[in-house]
Amino acid sequence: MTTTADYGEKIPNNVDLREDRRLQRALESWQPNFLSWWDSMGPSLPTQDVYLRTAVNVGREGWAHFGHVAMRDYRWGIFLADRKEDRRIAFGQHKGEPVWQKVPGEYRADLQRLIVIQGDTEPASVEQQRNLGATAPSLYDLRNLFQVNVEEGRHLWAMVYLLHAYFGREGREEAEELLHRNSGSEESPRILGAFNEETPDWLSFFMFTYFTDRDGKYQLGTLKESAFDPLSRTCEFMLKEESHHMFVGTTGIDRVVQRTVELMREHDTDDVIAHGGIPLEVIQKYVNFHYSVSLDLFGGETSTNVANYFTAGLKGRWAEERRKDDHRLTDDSIMVDAIVDGTVGQTEVAALVGLNTDLRREYISDCQNGLNRWNRILEEAGVPQRLRLPHAAFNRRVGAFTGIEATPEGEIISAEEWERRKGGWLPTDVDKAHVRSLMQPVHQPGKIAAWIAPPRQGINGKPFDYDYVHLA
Amino acid sequence: MTLLAGKPTSGAADDRPDDADVPGRVEFRTGPARYRHWRLSFDGAVATLTMDVDEEGGLLPGYELKLNSYDLGVDIELYDAVQRLRFEHPEVRTVVITSGKEKIFCAGANIRMLAASPHEWKVNFCKFTNETRNGIEDATANSGQTYVAALNGTASGGGYELALACDHIMLVDDRSSAVSLPELPLLGVLPGTGGLTRVSDKRHVRRDVADYFSTKSDGVGGKKAVAWRLVDEIVPRSVWEKTVEQRAGELAARSGRPTGVRGIELTPLAKERSDDRIRYRYVSAVLDRARGLVEITVLGPDGDAPGRIEDVHEQGADFYTLALARELDDLILDLRTNETDLGTWLLRTRGDAGHVLAHDALLLDNGDDWLANEIVLYLKRTLKRLDVTSRSLIALIEPGSCFAGSLLELALAADRSFQLAGVFEEIDPDAEPAAVTVGPMNLGPLPMGNGLTRLGTRFYGDHEGLDAAEAARGEPLQAEDAERLGLVTFAPDDIDWEEEVRIAVEERTSFSPDALTGLEANYRFAGPETLETKIFGRLTAWQNWIFNRSNASGPEGALRKYGTGQRADFDKKRV
Repeated sequence: MTTTADYGEKIPNNVDLREDRRLQRALESWQPNFLSWWDSMGPSLPTQDVYLRTAVNVGREGWAHFGHVAMRDYRWGIFLADRKEDRRIAFGQHKGEPVWQKVPGEYRADLQRLIVIQGDTEPASVEQQRNLGATAPSLYDLRNLFQVNVEEGRHLWAMVYLLHAYFGREGREEAEELLHRNSGSEESPRILGAFNEETPDWLSFFMFTYFTDRDGKYQLGTLKESAFDPLSRTCEFMLKEESHHMFVGTTGIDRVVQRTVELMREHDTDDVIAHGGIPLEVIQKYVNFHYSVSLDLFGGETSTNVANYFTAGLKGRWAEERRKDDHRLTDDSIMVDAIVDGTVGQTEVAALVGLNTDLRREYISDCQNGLNRWNRILEEAGVPQRLRLPHAAFNRRVGAFTGIEATPEGEIISAEEWERRKGGWLPTDVDKAHVRSLMQPVHQPGKIAAWIAPPRQGINGKPFDYDYVHLA
Repeated sequence: MTLLAGKPTSGAADDRPDDADVPGRVEFRTGPARYRHWRLSFDGAVATLTMDVDEEGGLLPGYELKLNSYDLGVDIELYDAVQRLRFEHPEVRTVVITSGKEKIFCAGANIRMLAASPHEWKVNFCKFTNETRNGIEDATANSGQTYVAALNGTASGGGYELALACDHIMLVDDRSSAVSLPELPLLGVLPGTGGLTRVSDKRHVRRDVADYFSTKSDGVGGKKAVAWRLVDEIVPRSVWEKTVEQRAGELAARSGRPTGVRGIELTPLAKERSDDRIRYRYVSAVLDRARGLVEITVLGPDGDAPGRIEDVHEQGADFYTLALARELDDLILDLRTNETDLGTWLLRTRGDAGHVLAHDALLLDNGDDWLANEIVLYLKRTLKRLDVTSRSLIALIEPGSCFAGSLLELALAADRSFQLAGVFEEIDPDAEPAAVTVGPMNLGPLPMGNGLTRLGTRFYGDHEGLDAAEAARGEPLQAEDAERLGLVTFAPDDIDWEEEVRIAVEERTSFSPDALTGLEANYRFAGPETLETKIFGRLTAWQNWIFNRSNASGPEGALRKYGTGQRADFDKKRV
């Protein structure tokens, strides 16, 4: 069943907004606030229009309409994946019962909290990335940045829709707060620490979209399993867009690596700094940083909150329905990371409280795919170096490895040694300054900065030299 | 007193536990013609209430009511008698409570009944008996009907506690009759009907003496009982009847009751009761077992108040405010006793606020009329019953409601209230928005157990808030104003109303009922302690804890071992 979206409306949607006078009024009053947030916190580079994909429906033809759009007029819509008939709760104590179309009062507080935390990350990344436009390596990349930005904005809309539609006045107040917390703000920062760091350069942007947006993918994946059907359907559709963000990250790093090996071969040196490239060693440091910070986003190895969410049916596991177990986990156990006798080891805990670990493991193995892909580029170029993911104990500030220091190989070292050696593993000020120095804008169609290779393909069949963005 | 035997059989009842301890539905409506345990006789200004418990007349099978011991059924009759004395017999100025048995006044609550009862039954039983004893004190203090306990034999446990609720205690001096509180030494529990509180706070028995008395199972009689203030006087057998009569006459002379007045009859209360609905004339309740709640709707008066107080006498039990109090009283008792699984009550009203305020005014303007006074006192007691009810109370203030004056007390008694801002635009866009109105009834005549008005309790320590709320009296306050003044908790508009209320209710019913009871009991009674708050708070809470401990109710506990000839085996750990 595919519902027809209301193309003509201010807010494209497939949630029968036209029929819901109350919700429409609530959202229409929120929209001006959203736009003023976008004006003050969205992309700072002035543009006339951008070649953007707009979702006008969830179906095959509907979700990717391309055209030049003034960003402010982007139609941030509300789309839920189509409803599955007779969907049943797949896990927890309500397993087998019909999913919920309304918020059960018993779980209102928890569900609202989950949605607010998810919603808080969406505008945060727009804020973190707002100044990147000034240093875009090409119009193609600039367009991708803006595409990511407007879609994060749309994801905020999706969460706001849920808050407005299902959580009454408190929900509306929370929706308003989502616009008043700002990334890096002294007074009212974003909820999760990682979303308060500015994204200072394009290498960081690609790393962020590869590693941190991937955390988002896994969080959305667990919410897609939720017994609260509107949340599940919202997240299912968001995941479609999220995969594009990761594509930006994956191919962005592809192209940086590609350009680096080209320079290495051309000049027969590992040190490509002098030739305007980013050395593999620096790329590895960025991987180390962004990966370890993203691991922290999964929380501690054990969590009773997450156990409660699972039992209640609010948040499942990744690919819950494909798993072959009882989906209740009351009698199961899991090995989780721990410091055992002063070394990195594992300890057994009840499966329910170890769900963060379960999700983090899914994430880690997914991250490895990108590394394999970049290493293939190195291999094909005949370069002996390889990139790799650091050990899970490396540079962690959340969970079992908080309070210890470890090398990328997972060997525990003293705080003193860490201080002495960390510059070899994490980007130093010198590294960052070098990367920043490369960030010179290239805003002519068909041109690209020297530190990154052009993409193999353009967007929607358009060539690389297409005028993806018209600057103001 | 009627016990409707058997269990309801409709499908909705299938969820109820099939437990042999769950009694059939208890009815609180009764009348003197149906009493099995009490006799009421009159001699001018003196009424005598004689306790003569029918051993075979227990409410439930499995115990005999020996030695004038009582169960809920006995106390339901006592409550009815106290009520009727106030309304049907305004000429009565002294009520003598005495026993129809030889050598024994009353042995207190029946132990086998208590031992066999589930916890919630015991608690509810104690609550009701406490309310009746408070009502006796209220009659003495506010109605000019002074209660005298004429203990013509031993009064132990609940028997002595009944005497403690009276204004004057006379004990026959026969060298064997005594008063006692043997609960602790014999049963391992407390005297749960206000005994400890009244011994210390009402009779001012010195604490060490009280301590000794409360551990001495055979009690105290004779001169020592007087010296320790446990009784007011001892009377030799030979002059017993004459002295009781004389004392009753003296106390009657003190009363300010008018003479030559006629009472009104408390006619049988019309009530329809099914498994999912209770309906009276002005009060109705829908029992929603699936959601674990009761939706209570109180209707306002049918029309304007009668012009003169004489009309109220004329209407008698049909007069709105009295009818309302009786219906609400019976509903609360019914639900508390019979519907323990329905933990949340939603309170709504429907009617004309002006009519409510007019009825209030008629009663308050005639404060010197005995009936007007009685009706207000009854309403006060009924609202107090609501205050100590272990159910979550949520008031829903919607267009067409009449939360004004006396009926506003329902919303003020609630743990939370929701008032609709504006109207239900899709249902009745032209309706008058819901309003609440503070009236004179909210400013004094209906105090809570803590001695404060519900407004005073609500704004305890916030004089500005209280002044502002009181200053708004007479004005219909729509949601925004009522919320600003702190008279309601939330004021959602029609966009939010349904979901806000549904979610709040569902959330409420998902919490631990025990923790909710504790939370509500703590927040409902801000401010000073009184005899009543101590009884319902301190004494009851300790008693309920003790009831639940194995030292009382476990297989080796004192309550279970009593009467078996075996000693209780206590876990000696102090907690």
